[in-house]
Amino acid sequence: MERPTAEPGAHSRANGCSGAAHGALRNGYVRGLPAPDTQIHHIVHNGGLYKKPFNEAFEETPMLVAVLTYVGYGVLTLFGYLRDFLRQWKIEKCQNATEREEQKDFVPLYQDFENFYNRNLYMRIRDSWNRPICSVPGAKVDMMERVSHDYNWTFTYTGRVIKDIINMGSYNYLGFAQNTGACQEAAAKVLSRYGAGVCSTRQEMGNLDKHEELEKLIARFLGVESAMAYGMGFATNSMNIPALVGKGCLILSDELNHASLVLGARLSGATIRIFKHNNMQSLEKLLKDAIVHGQPRTRRPWKKILILVEGIYSMEGSIVRLPEVIALKKKYKSYLYLDEAHSIGALGPSGRGVVEYFGLNPEDVDVMMGTFTKSFGAAGGYIGGKKELIDYLRTYSHSAVYATSLSPPVVEQIITSMKCIMGEDGTTFGKECVQQLAENTRYFRRRLKEMGFIIYGNEDSPVVPLMLYMPAKIGAFGREMLKRNIGVVVVGFPATPIIESRARFCLSAAHTKEILDTALKEINEVGDLLQLKYSRHRLVPLLDRPFDETTYEETED
Amino acid sequence: MAAAVGMGQQWVLVEMVQAFYEAPAYHLILEGILILWIIRLLFSKTYKLQERSDLTPKEKEELIEEWQPEPLVPPVSKDHPALNYNIVSGPPTHKITVNGKECINFASFNFLGLLDNEKVKNAAQASLKKYGVGTCGPRGFYGTFDVHLELEERLAKFMRTEEAIIYSYGFATIASAIPAYSKRGDIVFVDEAACFAIQKGLQASRSNIKLFKHNDMADLERLLKEQETEDQKNPRKARVTRRFIVVEGLYMNTGDVCPLPELIKLKYKYKVRIFLEESLSFGVLGEHGRGITEHFGINRLSGQGYCFSASLPPLLAAAAIEALNIMEDNPDIFQTLQGKCKQIHRALQGISGLKVVGESFSPALHLQLEESCGSRENDVKLLKRVVDYCMNSGIALTQARYLEKEEKCLPPPSIRVVITVEQTEQELDKAASLIKEAAQSVLN
Repeated sequence: MERPTAEPGAHSRANGCSGAAHGALRNGYVRGLPAPDTQIHHIVHNGGLYKKPFNEAFEETPMLVAVLTYVGYGVLTLFGYLRDFLRQWKIEKCQNATEREEQKDFVPLYQDFENFYNRNLYMRIRDSWNRPICSVPGAKVDMMERVSHDYNWTFTYTGRVIKDIINMGSYNYLGFAQNTGACQEAAAKVLSRYGAGVCSTRQEMGNLDKHEELEKLIARFLGVESAMAYGMGFATNSMNIPALVGKGCLILSDELNHASLVLGARLSGATIRIFKHNNMQSLEKLLKDAIVHGQPRTRRPWKKILILVEGIYSMEGSIVRLPEVIALKKKYKSYLYLDEAHSIGALGPSGRGVVEYFGLNPEDVDVMMGTFTKSFGAAGGYIGGKKELIDYLRTYSHSAVYATSLSPPVVEQIITSMKCIMGEDGTTFGKECVQQLAENTRYFRRRLKEMGFIIYGNEDSPVVPLMLYMPAKIGAFGREMLKRNIGVVVVGFPATPIIESRARFCLSAAHTKEILDTALKEINEVGDLLQLKYSRHRLVPLLDRPFDETTYEETED
Repeated sequence: MAAAVGMGQQWVLVEMVQAFYEAPAYHLILEGILILWIIRLLFSKTYKLQERSDLTPKEKEELIEEWQPEPLVPPVSKDHPALNYNIVSGPPTHKITVNGKECINFASFNFLGLLDNEKVKNAAQASLKKYGVGTCGPRGFYGTFDVHLELEERLAKFMRTEEAIIYSYGFATIASAIPAYSKRGDIVFVDEAACFAIQKGLQASRSNIKLFKHNDMADLERLLKEQETEDQKNPRKARVTRRFIVVEGLYMNTGDVCPLPELIKLKYKYKVRIFLEESLSFGVLGEHGRGITEHFGINRLSGQGYCFSASLPPLLAAAAIEALNIMEDNPDIFQTLQGKCKQIHRALQGISGLKVVGESFSPALHLQLEESCGSRENDVKLLKRVVDYCMNSGIALTQARYLEKEEKCLPPPSIRVVITVEQTEQELDKAASLIKEAAQSVLN
């Protein structure tokens, strides 16, 4: 049994091919601390930038699994062609949306081939997604039962409600998705006073006193000079990046950035270059080349360079290497845009996000963006930074001019939950939630790794991707878990590379240890049933010490 | 076993040599030339598309040292008109408190007065008690609530379409729907006065955009004919290029409606699909508020869309369902609203210095300067003084805001007047006379 070492390039992450084709991602596994009293542990090859161990790993896909996955997709494609043939010759009934009679000779909206994947692969396992729920999305949720009599083309609701499904799919990191309690009461009061909508944009008549209160609070929470809130997280990115950069500027964006960042970058008109996921050598090379060579063809210097990264990447569970990014940014005089959609509230000893997690100064990040959907149980997004930046955005952001502002009860929910996390409501409830989430994360990840699953990402990230690889297992995993009353999220192509389909668990502070243990037991069963335990690095289970801090030790077999 | 394999291999070798002798000459010569070509390519120098400059590392360091970027954002002057927001204390309802002053609200888009409606608020409260505030996920991952499904069904029934889909952000709806259907290589004919959200959607779709003059069907037909002749030159490409027309039911920037019957005729003549953006005409036009198709008596098309990002908070969806209920139960509010619109439209005619832009039944109309002062900045300042005068006397108005550098066809500066069902006749008269006064004192 091999022992992972701490040298770079020990386990390169690759798409099923052996050999470091995609840039070696360092497996920063660090041996556990020998002494119980904590010492500051520096990772040597990063010049002491990190104040605590950074353990991130992406185990390589086993060769056999990769081959079988491709074979699986091949078989599905063949069947897809067969079914299309049958449909075309009317041997099988065609269930697609079809044109109205008068429009039969219009150019079709969907080319047949574009939709091949949709018709033949996605449709088969469509019941794993868009599952309708009918209760608050907390640790347990009620789901409306639906059946399909025509292989997922249409669904009918039986009217039955499946109660108390363990919810491992909603983004509820700190457990603020509640329908009782201080947050809900405050929101109810505001709703009865202000109504549900605003009916105007921020610049016209839609700037309520509540919005001003919220923005001051956000600035205090993040530790920045000023902040601005928007109605939708996705739109925060897609409408503000074009306001910050334009033609003649350069955007360096991580490989796995979210669609909103990609859309914002495209709409801005700037040149976009992609660096390998979380790979600082790739980023440095791009920065150097950009400054030395200037704009392509004209050789003029770039007006500005903006680096787009996320705090936690939701499909990989990895955390950005922020200390190194900031060091690079300072060295090469570029600007940093940090999207903390998943990490705000979820990381850091008091929930202030990835900047606090690494112990860095929030003023080093030029644009701190985040959303309220995940950790605050509300909706919308924010941007925080220096006063000049926010003043500029108040004037020139697309959202401030054209889009309706946040709804007042949603604003109140954010204010109450943020105050709770900060401890300003007089209780320690917020702090306890943050700690509970951290403990849950470590426990859950450790137990899954002990069972032998391949888990991607950083040890401290509450997003836990469990690799499935084969297309048939995507649907099977979702359905088997639902039979055992656990709701999980499965993702496949095109959100992930085609052979790296996964199940993604989102942990929450609302999950108690019992809930986690039940879930783990069922995952274990399903893992044995579907043969998902691909990992070749078994970890020895620790004796039952719940929620311990130290990293575990590797043993030889 | 090994001997048999060895024999097999030898046999294959003999066959190869035989084939070599039996092949025709031209075949061998061709193969020989190809092999020589491959050898040449293997050994020839590769040319690089991007010349590597031969800079020494030291020179590179110097370049990196010297480079100075622009500041992240340019400074904004303190008295930029857009920087100082009006602060509304309390709910933005019919009587609104702006910057400390109580005014009658002529600026928020609250056409049917549902913002303060008790029934709507109660429905939202019930939903809040059941679901909490947020949905904690996108529609695909446990973010679909039964309220969303109900709202979609109700909307489809109300609008008499096959299906409906809801988004959590108004701007994003059209800006995501257009690129979902129209991709690179497709052609979109869009009205000049289309709102910013449509422009962003078109930009994201990367299709070919062709602008036609506002509400000018002759211009549109000319463009369509040109496209037809293009198509005839290349019929294969034409068969896979999708064509769309994007129009608004009630234009936000000009206050008039699109001529839908003519558009429908053009649609069937030239085989183009229509995208109809009805954010202003929904709940306003037509006998039952079904929008511009009801206004003109036309049947709706079927359509589907795609949804991203976190779903709409359930309390807002419940409020929307209740609003639909109210709209269905009281169809006479639409008549009332249109009556009020006509009244104020009449009353605002003949103000010296300001002209009314918009249809008589449009609840959102613009007041533009009859004669511009020369520069847009001065026009904006002048209009601001009119607005301030009205605010000081108890009528809340606002200027229409645009991103001046980003709009394709920037409309002239204007004051937006919004009519709602809750405004009484006296208030409408008061507003009209106040605007007259303001125009008199400021513009003369």
